[in-house]
Amino acid sequence: MWNYEKRLQYPVKISQPNPQLAQVIISQFGGPDGELAASMRYLSQRYTMPYAECKALLTDIGTEELAHMEMISAIVYQLTRNLSIEEIKESGFDKYYVDHTTALWPQAAGGIPFNACEFQSKGDVITDLFEDLAAEQKARTTYDNILRLIKDPEICDPIRFLRQREIVHFQRFGEALRIVQERLDSKNFYAFNPEFDQSKCK
Amino acid sequence: MSMSEKETLMNQLNEASFALDEAVLFLDTHPCDEEALCYYKKCAKMRKEALKAYQEKFEPLQNDQVEACEHWHWVHEPWPWEKGGNC
Repeated sequence: MWNYEKRLQYPVKISQPNPQLAQVIISQFGGPDGELAASMRYLSQRYTMPYAECKALLTDIGTEELAHMEMISAIVYQLTRNLSIEEIKESGFDKYYVDHTTALWPQAAGGIPFNACEFQSKGDVITDLFEDLAAEQKARTTYDNILRLIKDPEICDPIRFLRQREIVHFQRFGEALRIVQERLDSKNFYAFNPEFDQSKCK
Repeated sequence: MSMSEKETLMNQLNEASFALDEAVLFLDTHPCDEEALCYYKKCAKMRKEALKAYQEKFEPLQNDQVEACEHWHWVHEPWPWEKGGNC
């Protein structure tokens, strides 16, 4: 169950449209390391997670990622408001516009549609936590790449906030991995899968 | 540029909510940390008060906080992604 709150996690107030940048930033909505994939990854993994701390963490970070998806969507929306046909043609936004006008649709910057294959839910706690750690770093790199492309402080500010969150989430997933490993056989973390071999899971 | 009362109250809500988000994630991996538990309580109280202060003065932010007399105010703009919105 989720409740909606009519505000963004961090403010997005962009006054100047820029459809060319919107096409780059949209990758963090529907791209390989975007916020939609992040949320779906954590919310899918949590059901079979064997440890209480991990279930809580996946639920709370998965929820925060939904708020990040809303921020990215707000950025893309504000960058594509009130465009003239000339601006659409000149910026190369015409290829997106022909299929979606200026509506939000999850795709990567290169035009590849969102796909559940962007993330994994493997059903093995060590495998999944390493996937989550890698996902946070990949998203951080994407935000670093975006920050090299933009100068407008109104866009940089919320992007920097989102970048910082990747680092905090990486830290928390690292702690979750430590908690899990402390409960496993220190001589062989892979002796059994606590997410499947239930009789051995405490 | 001085901030309007609406912006000030929204900023207070955003700040308190963010502090609470951080406390929650930290506690998920440190559930016995007494200092963090105290911080959580402080943040939860701050957020509750900020949410109440905003909604008493301005529009409802949650759909169970709508004063449902004569008009359904939930449908009113702006939504958070819109210019001049609460964002």
